[in-house]
Amino acid sequence: MAHFDASMTPEQIKAAKMKTVVKVTAILAIVTIIEFIFAFAWPDGASRTPLNIIFVALTLVKAGYIIWEFMHLGHETKLLKFVILFPLLFLVWLLVALFDEGGAVVTAIQNW
Amino acid sequence: MSSSTTLKNPVVTKWDGGERPMKATYGKLMMWFFLVSDAFTFASLLIAYGVVRYMHPAYEGPYSAFEFATSSDNFYWPIPEKVFNAFPGLHGVDAPLMFVGLMTFILILSSVTMVLAVEAGERKSKAEVEKWMLWTIVGGITFLACQAWEWSHFIHGTDEGVIRDGVQIFGANLRENQYGPQLFASFFFFITGFHGIHVTSGVIINIVIFYNVVMGTYEERGTYEMIEKGGLYWHFVDLVWVFVFTFFYLV
Repeated sequence: MAHFDASMTPEQIKAAKMKTVVKVTAILAIVTIIEFIFAFAWPDGASRTPLNIIFVALTLVKAGYIIWEFMHLGHETKLLKFVILFPLLFLVWLLVALFDEGGAVVTAIQNW
Repeated sequence: MSSSTTLKNPVVTKWDGGERPMKATYGKLMMWFFLVSDAFTFASLLIAYGVVRYMHPAYEGPYSAFEFATSSDNFYWPIPEKVFNAFPGLHGVDAPLMFVGLMTFILILSSVTMVLAVEAGERKSKAEVEKWMLWTIVGGITFLACQAWEWSHFIHGTDEGVIRDGVQIFGANLRENQYGPQLFASFFFFITGFHGIHVTSGVIINIVIFYNVVMGTYEERGTYEMIEKGGLYWHFVDLVWVFVFTFFYLV
């Protein structure tokens, strides 16, 4: 979690870890509150596209902190990080392919 | 026949055995690989939701004037914050997304107590592990109870219901849906239900781990690593909820 080395006492290690836990918890809570503020403060009738981009970005921030600190992936070997994260790139393609397909279906129904 | 063979010193790499190239135990690695496959399942469900929503007409008009679709000729997708706006004990009060926000907070907190249990396990402090595991289990069960309430409200619907094509409809099930197109209800049941099943199995795993901690199984084994593995699964369930919250409730 936090930086610590062999010279530190168990108490110091525990304190360093606790600091990280508190920090990440605060970030997760604050980001969720920011999402709520955006959801309610967004003006009526304005385009929702920028809002949705903000939501996705904030979600990725939260997901990053959970994976990196809570699931401890940020402190594993480079190889393990790569093995876990690389396959998820395929999801980007799934997203593009399915949305393209969905658009084609809509067009097909409209021109029935 | 004479032959002189010189044996080369074998090249030893860290992949030849006796070492852990990823500096993680077998159990932890397999948990990670399982979670990657599970991430694909959840991502497929959420992407399918997005595609189906994209294939339906969107609500046009100011958000404040939103009503559930009353005609199947203009069968638009509902705005989630207008569907999930109830709070237990506050009947008839419009509290958009407040309950689901509370649920998110409960799940994040139970993830935090899990981190603390793992940390206590690294110090082999049995009493602390017991305490934090118990809090994690309580958090999980509370979340499930909240979800049961939310499902119940979703199924029973609002007081007024909606009149669509001259037919009065209350709530949603797999045949009719007050809130909009049928697939909205189907996806709600499937995605939050699939996540709820994950939370349920997570709670069961945590209870088994808690039992083993109390019985001293890990103390005897000399390592509390099982808590880390259970913790990975529990954090993943929290992680999935972060995405469900955004793509099902916020967007």
